[in-house]
Amino acid sequence: MRLLILGAGPAGLAAAAEARAHGIEALLLDENAAPGGQVHRAVGGFYRPARGAPGAAQAREGLALIAAAAGVEARYGATLWAVQEDGVVSWSEGGRAHQLRAEVLLLAPGATERALPIPGWTLPGVMGVGAAQALLKSAGLLPEGRVWLAGQGPLLWLYAAQMLAKGARPAGILDLSAPGLPWRALPHLPMALRAPGYLAQGLAWMGRLRRAGVPVVRAREVAALGASRLSAIAVDGCQFPAEALLLHDGVVPNTQITRALPGCAHVWDQAQAAFRPVLDEWGNTSLPGVLVAGDAAGIGGARAAALSGRIAALEAARRLGVVTADQRDALAGPLLHRRAAELAPRALLEALFPPLPPGRVADGTLVCRCEEVSAGRVRAAVALGAQGPNQAKAFLRAGMGACQGRVCGPIVHALMAEARGVEPGALAPLRTRFPTKPVTVGEMAGVLAG
Amino acid sequence: MFRRTEATDCEITWNGATIPARAGESLAAALLAAGITHFRDSAISGSPRGPLCLMGACFDCLVEVAGMANAQACMIAVTPGLAARTQVGARG
Repeated sequence: MRLLILGAGPAGLAAAAEARAHGIEALLLDENAAPGGQVHRAVGGFYRPARGAPGAAQAREGLALIAAAAGVEARYGATLWAVQEDGVVSWSEGGRAHQLRAEVLLLAPGATERALPIPGWTLPGVMGVGAAQALLKSAGLLPEGRVWLAGQGPLLWLYAAQMLAKGARPAGILDLSAPGLPWRALPHLPMALRAPGYLAQGLAWMGRLRRAGVPVVRAREVAALGASRLSAIAVDGCQFPAEALLLHDGVVPNTQITRALPGCAHVWDQAQAAFRPVLDEWGNTSLPGVLVAGDAAGIGGARAAALSGRIAALEAARRLGVVTADQRDALAGPLLHRRAAELAPRALLEALFPPLPPGRVADGTLVCRCEEVSAGRVRAAVALGAQGPNQAKAFLRAGMGACQGRVCGPIVHALMAEARGVEPGALAPLRTRFPTKPVTVGEMAGVLAG
Repeated sequence: MFRRTEATDCEITWNGATIPARAGESLAAALLAAGITHFRDSAISGSPRGPLCLMGACFDCLVEVAGMANAQACMIAVTPGLAARTQVGARG
């Protein structure tokens, strides 16, 4: 296979369409049942927001991307679990494993929600805002009862507005962000006005909530309470009944696969407070033939992701000898320019929505949900000499459970950096290993047997 | 915790009990719509757990499907008659 694209979100779909336009033999894999990734989840089928509803314009863009990629060979329900140094990629579909050698690998696995550990967050009834939005899009489910949203970040506001548009009503929004952020973010406003759509959108969502009279309260602490499921929340000590608590603290690039590739360099992005792969403007990683595009390269939103997908596909075309470097540059020029414009509001968004500080996580709160390790134990491991998340595994098993650090990785990293009194970039990120998703011995034997 | 806005069209079982579902939606969605939030008992302490991320990252929605353990309910599409059970504790 000449080009293998992982991820059928905006970046992967746009890359597939661009590859097809240049006659490149490409295969698109996605573990979900249908294309769209997270942001365009179910747009091809179930999710059809009404014109003017929050998220409607975005859904139309998703449909266009899916249409443009039609005709590219795609496998859905295909879960990648290994990438070998010789370019052989392994994945499973329906209990059967497959392997293929790709000349160029373009990874577009997107982003995941940043964990927001609070006391009681492992209780059933507590989930991410993104999770609730996925349920709305893919199954038309609306939260009922007393539904609280807590944390910070644009998705919190978007989802609350989507709930209202569908006739559901949050009991309240608990803003855990630090006060004074809009003032500190002001210097970034002029740049952000290059792509005013984002700002207008955000203000529209907040306006909807205000007009609907949804309480928006600043709080320092939120806790989830209940015996075997959520029954109440505590907001700075005051209790309120609750049937659902949705948490959000921004999103982080999904580097689960890139961190498992030996020699694939990553860098700490101070503004985004997350690791991302080291990339050139084309999306080349430090490994020849491996590119990353979309939010997995650094959070930039759906439109920037689609442009990055096309840019990376053009670079893949150059690598495969389908276009010359000059042709690539000519074709990519306008895309690079548009991407810069789409990324213009990022500095403002990052200043308005920084992640919550790790210091607010109490010692007794679990940070590694899989292995049930508390923040206090992570801090104690630092006191005993653990240098970073990789070494902490030997002390604590944090990051070694089923999620392999997808949820706990960023918070354990932040806690350890803070406890050691160093910049987060000074600590190596959690190394991951293939297989990156569960695979049975039977499946592996199947491919080894040929 | 969640209510449906679209009709169901088939049935699946959860620990032997029949619940309504919509073919093609995720097993996690079907369970949550039926009021089920306790999907598994955690491996270390046996605490009740349910889904956190619904996108295949958190592994908190692990259930047993047709006798196979460690299935991420959010990544499994409902088919009529699908039989799922609570996953108890650690599984190999």
